[in-house]
This record gives sequence, structure tokens and C-alpha cells, in this order.
Amino acid sequence: MSEEQIKLEAERSRSLEDQFEARIARDEKIEPKDWMPEKYRKTHIRQMSQHAHSEIVGMLPEGNWITRAPSLRRKVALLAKVQDEAGHGLYLYSACETLGVSRDELYEQLHSGKAKYSSIFNYPTITWADMGAIGWLVDGAAIINQVPLCNTSYGPYARAMIRVCKEESFHQRQGYEIMIKLANGTPEQKEMAQDALNRWWWPSLMMLGPTDDVSVHTEQSMKWKLKRKSNDDLRQQFIDQTVPQADLIGLTIPDSDLKWNEERKSYDFGEINWDEFWQVVKGHGPMNKERMKARVGAWERGEWVRDAAMTHAKKKQKQAV
Amino acid sequence: MNNNLYKYILGIADNSLILGQRLGELCGHGPSLETDIACTNISLDLFGQVRSYYQYAAKVIGDGRTEDDIAMLRKEREYVNVLLVEQPNTDFAYTIGRQFLFDVYHYLLLNKLQNSHDLTLSAIAKKSIKEVSYHQRFSTDWVKRLGDGTEVSHQKMQEAIDGLWTYTDELFHQTEADKIMVSEGVGVDVTSLKEQYYAIVSKILEDATLKTPESKWFQKGGKQGIHTEHLGYLLSDLQYMQRAYPNMEW
Repeated sequence: MSEEQIKLEAERSRSLEDQFEARIARDEKIEPKDWMPEKYRKTHIRQMSQHAHSEIVGMLPEGNWITRAPSLRRKVALLAKVQDEAGHGLYLYSACETLGVSRDELYEQLHSGKAKYSSIFNYPTITWADMGAIGWLVDGAAIINQVPLCNTSYGPYARAMIRVCKEESFHQRQGYEIMIKLANGTPEQKEMAQDALNRWWWPSLMMLGPTDDVSVHTEQSMKWKLKRKSNDDLRQQFIDQTVPQADLIGLTIPDSDLKWNEERKSYDFGEINWDEFWQVVKGHGPMNKERMKARVGAWERGEWVRDAAMTHAKKKQKQAV
Repeated sequence: MNNNLYKYILGIADNSLILGQRLGELCGHGPSLETDIACTNISLDLFGQVRSYYQYAAKVIGDGRTEDDIAMLRKEREYVNVLLVEQPNTDFAYTIGRQFLFDVYHYLLLNKLQNSHDLTLSAIAKKSIKEVSYHQRFSTDWVKRLGDGTEVSHQKMQEAIDGLWTYTDELFHQTEADKIMVSEGVGVDVTSLKEQYYAIVSKILEDATLKTPESKWFQKGGKQGIHTEHLGYLLSDLQYMQRAYPNMEW
């Protein structure tokens, strides 16, 4: 390539990139076959697959209570909820596939520990009230994270998120309803609810990500509308929204520094234990190993089944020819 | 109060309860996302049916018992599901084999139950048969995939069918309550379904390149509440909350 050609190529690519950024600025959707910068593609695969993995790993802590749900009504609701999560995983993986990465590759990244998933799922679900707390707090925090993504720039992701958010919002109400029932129940039930809130509150706050000063992906993600508000803003929004809900059912947020700040029209809150957050992110939370063992185990145990399905399909195809 | 009708409803509903519970154990642990979703879906359908049956049973017995009392507060000897549905999820071939051997029966049963003189049972059957027709398609497809898949899957599927075969005959046994309900035009005479059942099953197994087992040694007892050792553990999970926290609302 001559110097002239190199220069032309660079200009062409710069102009493509300028056009691309202009499209995003005009709120146009980027579709799978459109030109996109490699970094945009990679960032989206990373974020969407992390989201998909979180849905799939997130099935485990709740799946843990399906066989023990206290009533048939609750059992059906929980089954439906966990099934929704599998569905979310399915179409988020499909959205990733539009960017040229297969579900198998993404699983490989999850199973090898290369890909991350939401840390919250590395905490154990030890009582029934945890089903309420997860719905109320974890899905509540997830919605705050995800609603802005319904307007994100990448079309398949934005469309998936519209459906995900509708279902998540239903799950959140379902979880809160479990908590209401417990909080208005016997002293034993109320204690179970309070205990669950105590254990899930802080991890839920951590779910909204590290504080803005240490968050690495924010600026670029803002530009691509993969993120619309900073982690700290989202966290504040979550707290302001959730504290009155706890008050309403007579549960106490486990934070002695929590208090209404009239000037800011927001709650001030205590110090988050970021050491704990990083410990769990780095793989040393209470359930990291078990969650991965469950996922890898299911995948390995299923290998002969998937092989059989492929082989059978090929046989049928041959017969059809 | 119609005690025979109550017993008859449980005879149908307990199968869905126990099978739904077994499938629920698998949620999040399936060989692929698609099969995971399908098994959870079948479990959901079955629990939906269970709720309709038990709500009706509670009304029939009329002593203040609720659907949850009936589902979760009986003693092991009082569950009258067939032994087939309580068999464990040994592997995916067993899960599919159990589902298939039950679905074929379930469809035939509901098909007749739609004509029951009992309008509630007939209505539940009409609603459920659409779901069960999907279950049967799912399990049949997988029996064929695994049977006519790889050598390994063929062997595993055959093993599962051979292992579960001994529990099929019981599907066509009648209790005293069943006989009375049949004579009243409420119940289905399951003995009349047997020939068709084995014909359908054998045909599908043949399509799947599998052998129909020849063994004539069958297990029974579920309908009298005499179960395999597996059921007790399943019930300890199912009943845990109701036993540990009695008389509470959830």
C-alpha cells in the first residue's frame, strides 16, 4: 500500500467512525449488519454476555427454593420467574450472536472464569425470605440499571431490554409481595424477612457497580448510550426508591447512617464495604465456586445430549436429501 | 362429601404433583437452555393442573382443607401417585424416558376424561390436554433424538426405558374408588387404555431404533400409597416449609 493509499484508508475509516458517532448522537439504532467500530462490537459483546451470564447463573440461587416453596401458588410463581430468567439469557445470547460470537464461545468464557457475571449471585439463598429479598432488592437494582438500556444504541440489545425490563418489573413486585406477606405474618416470618433484608441490602447496593471515581468503563459507555447515568447516581436512585418501601412494611434497612437529607432531597447512607465487593468479584465470595461448579457440571453432563441432538439432526437431513 | 370422588381426583393429581416436583429439581441444571426452559415449562403446566385438581378436591372434601394442605400435609402413605413419576432424575435419558412413558398415558387419560360427567373434571381435562399434547411431542422427539442419536445416547436411552419399564403396568391398575367413579360415568376406565398405550409406545420406540422391553415383571403399590424409597426424600423438600412453619400464610 502506498503512502497515499494508507492516508485514504485512514480517512475513510475516520469518516465511517464520524458518521457512526453522528448516527448515535441522532438516537438512531445501530443494527447487526451496519458498520461499527471494533471497540463498539467488543464492548457490546462484553456487556451483553455478562448480562446473559448473570441471568443464567442467577437461576441457581432461586432454583434452590423451587422444590421447597411454601405453597403451590408460590412454587408456580417462582418456577415462572426462573424460567423467565432462562428466557432472558436465551435472547441476550442471541443478541450477542448478532455480533458474531457463538453461545458456545460465550459459555466457554463463563466456565473458564474469563467472563464475569453479577456478583450478587455468589451469595447463598438460605431461607424462603431470600426469594422475596432477591425479587425486591436484586431485581429492583437490576431494573434501575436496565431501564436506561431500553434506549441504548445497539438495536438488538435495546429491543431485548424492553422485554427484559417488563418481566423484571413483574418479578420485583412479586418479590416485594413475598416480603409484605412475611412482614405482616407471624413474628417468626417477620424475623425471616428482616434477616433476609439484612443480608441482601449491602450486596444489592454493590450491584450498581463501583463508585464513579474507580469505574473504568463509564465515559465511553455513556457516549454509546450503554450507560446513561453513573453508578453513584443509580445507587442513590435505588436507595431513595427502596427505603420508603421498607418503611411501609415495617422492616429496617441495616444501615445506622441512613438518614434523609432535606437539602439534597435524598438519603445519606453509610460506607459500603468495597473490600467485600472486590473479594466476591475476584472469585472468593461465599458461593462463587459452587455456582461455577453447577454451571460447568450441567454443561459437561449435557454434552452427550447435545451431541446426540446434532447427530440426529444430521441423520434426518441426510434422509431428507 | 364424596370420598370416592376425592380419592379419584387425588389419583390423577398426585401424578402431576410428584412429576412436577421432580422436573422442578432440574431447573437451571439442564443440558441446554432450551431443554431447561422446556422442562421448567412442563413442570409449570403440571403444577397449574395440580392446583385446579386440588382446589376442586378441597371443595369436594369440604372440611376446610386447602390446596396446600392436600399437596403438602399428607403422610407418605397417603400419596397415591404411580411409582413411575417419583423415579429420580438419574440422567437426561431417565428424565425423558419417565416423561415419555407418562405423557403417552396422560394424553390418553385426559382425552377420555374430557367426556366425564363431572363438569369440573371435564373442564380441567379440556384445558390440560392441550398442554399435555405439547409435553408428549417434546418427550417423543427427545426419545427419538437420543435413541437415534449417537451410540452413547442410544445406550443411555435404552437403559432408561428398560429401567423404567417395570413401572408402566401400574398406570392401568384401578383402585376401588376408581371403579366406583367409572361406574358413575365420572372416571376413566384406565384398563381400556392399556392396549393403545403399549401400541403407541412401541411404535415410537421402534422409530427411535430402541427395543420395547419384553419383561413382564412389573412393580405396583403407588396407588395404595406403598412407594419406592425415593418418595420420602422428595416429600421432605416439598413439605419442608409447611412442616417447619405450620399454620402460616405465604
